[in-house]
Amino acid sequence: MSDTANPAAGVSDEEEKSRRDFLIVATSVVGGLGTALAVWPFVHSMNPAKDTLAMSTTEVDLEPIEEGQSITVTWQGKPVFVRNRTADEIEVARSVKTADMIDPESDEDRVQKDEWLIMVGVCTHLGCIPLGQKASEPKGDYNGWFCPCHGSHYDTSGRIRKGPAPKNLPVPAYQFLDDTTVKIG
Amino acid sequence: MSSKFFENPVIKWVEYRMPVFTFLDHSLGSSYPTPKNLNYWWNFGSLAGLVLVIMIVSGIVLAMNYTPHVDYAFESVERIMRDVNYGWLIRYIHMNGGSAFFICVYIHLFRGMYFGSYKEPRELLWILGVFILLAMMATAFMGYVLPWGQMSFWGATVITNLFSAIPFVGDSIVTLLWGGFSVDNPTLNRFFALHYLLPFVIVGLVVFHIWALHMHRSNNPLGVDVKGPEDMIPFHPYYTVKDLFGMGVFMVLFMFFVFYAPNFFGEPDNYIKANPMVTPPHIVPEWYFLPYYAILRAFTTDFFLFQIVSLGGFLMDAKLAGVLAMFASILLLLLLPWLDRSKVRSNRFRPINLWFFWIFFIDCIFLGYIGGKPAEGSFIIMGQIATTYYFAHIVILIPLISILERPKPIPESISSAVTSAGH
Ligand code: HEM
Ligand code: FES
Repeated sequence: MSDTANPAAGVSDEEEKSRRDFLIVATSVVGGLGTALAVWPFVHSMNPAKDTLAMSTTEVDLEPIEEGQSITVTWQGKPVFVRNRTADEIEVARSVKTADMIDPESDEDRVQKDEWLIMVGVCTHLGCIPLGQKASEPKGDYNGWFCPCHGSHYDTSGRIRKGPAPKNLPVPAYQFLDDTTVKIG
Repeated sequence: MSSKFFENPVIKWVEYRMPVFTFLDHSLGSSYPTPKNLNYWWNFGSLAGLVLVIMIVSGIVLAMNYTPHVDYAFESVERIMRDVNYGWLIRYIHMNGGSAFFICVYIHLFRGMYFGSYKEPRELLWILGVFILLAMMATAFMGYVLPWGQMSFWGATVITNLFSAIPFVGDSIVTLLWGGFSVDNPTLNRFFALHYLLPFVIVGLVVFHIWALHMHRSNNPLGVDVKGPEDMIPFHPYYTVKDLFGMGVFMVLFMFFVFYAPNFFGEPDNYIKANPMVTPPHIVPEWYFLPYYAILRAFTTDFFLFQIVSLGGFLMDAKLAGVLAMFASILLLLLLPWLDRSKVRSNRFRPINLWFFWIFFIDCIFLGYIGGKPAEGSFIIMGQIATTYYFAHIVILIPLISILERPKPIPESISSAVTSAGH
């Protein structure tokens, strides 16, 4: 210690030590904080870029979809199910008790117009696309959709009723531009 | 290496400035003493090293012709197969090399379990091995996404979605992994970058693995410590030759698959280009992930183990429990040196543990079988039983047996075991 102290300037060992301590603490704090802050740009660069984010919207013409038919449209790289439900399906979706569902939600909260069920067709378990869009495909125990990956059954309102998926098929933001056109996103 | 070698003036010149040759001689030369009784199960470490080199060489050449873009990836791999000179060979080497890598490492790992190589003082060596396994799994997973077939895409979708099970931040993490709102071009790009990087991280881990190995040297089939020079032989020429012989046998088998059954380990669906709108009816991961996949799927709401760990569904849902169990199935291996309280390393002297070792081994194979079957009917129940046994073995049976079992008498030393056996 003493040989690094500077007697000419009249600095004592003690002062020298506290000065050094200060420098060490200050350097560590600035360096540590700086490094921590520098991590963020690197992490955030992996988040969706601006062009990806530019919330693409999709417009769907409902005219050709007849009662009891479904179509699949692409929105943000994901399939969106658009179904023109039959009176029967609506009736069933509304008459069941929601209380003992895996993810309780009433059918009324999931649609804007009773017959038009619009939802993201991505299984909330691990992201497979449930079957049931075509008449030939299995619809599961609740006559809605069935995810073959690990066996999740969705009802005519797209609510999870049986299987490993924890949530109902999500309803995206959408808006009816007129009676036969809907804008998703 | 002979002392004559070290008298060569060029060698001397280098040695004076940087003793690389002495270092090598002490690492795998005549100056590295090794237990004299190592059997062929000790070949799989060097074989794994060989495969790592094969993967890096074949991978770099593939990367020269591969295009990491959703519109071109599948086509560029097909071009490698059809148009690039020997592209088919290099790709088949890389594809089957992935499987060979896991075969070698799994044998290597069960070898360590059988002969108690994870025990004091080799705990860190074992832990580094588990890290290597994790890095390999990440590498292989991302590599499998690159050819952009149906299994690539849907495997990536299912596995990245695992992270959505994490409470609160899960969805943000998945978006971060994807760089978008589904597995898409940004995902493919970053997976390529990481797939190129991670093998070199593995090389680094292997260096540490070997550093730790050289501290206390190899364990051996008897599991007793070496007592003196009479228990050892120099690595070179004895084990250099044995390792090279093993590599020869391995290469014959490996090239058999490359030439005559190149798609044996593969999934035909991966020759269909990725279609984000259609999930294949039966998604299966590569064979080396099947046991973990079975554990993941075993966790349904009515599985009693789920009911226990989640306190009747109070702590977490079945999806999160399955994800945690899958990671735990590997991470628990890190604790093996402390879960096993027996001082005896080799199962040759542990009559009860020996039986349970083999039951555990069969359980792992059986989990792999279940992982490849659709999750329906009796497969679910069987998967749940096998999963329960997997965890029960590690967490309950290993500690319990290690306390209760009376081991057989252990030989004084490696040499005495050999002489008393009348050899
Ligand atoms: C730890 C070592 C490695 C493992 C376990 C591994 C594993 C894999 C696997 C399983 C595939 C998919 C094969 C297929 O089905 O087509 C793959 C593809 C690929 N890997 Fe690797 N890899 C490794 C090292 C490397 C390295 C160092 C590179 C260098 C850049 C590389 C470049 C590629 C490329 C370009 C592809 C896509 C072409 C193709 O699919 O054949 N890999 N890798
Ligand atoms: S992804 Fe649909 S059930 Fe698992």
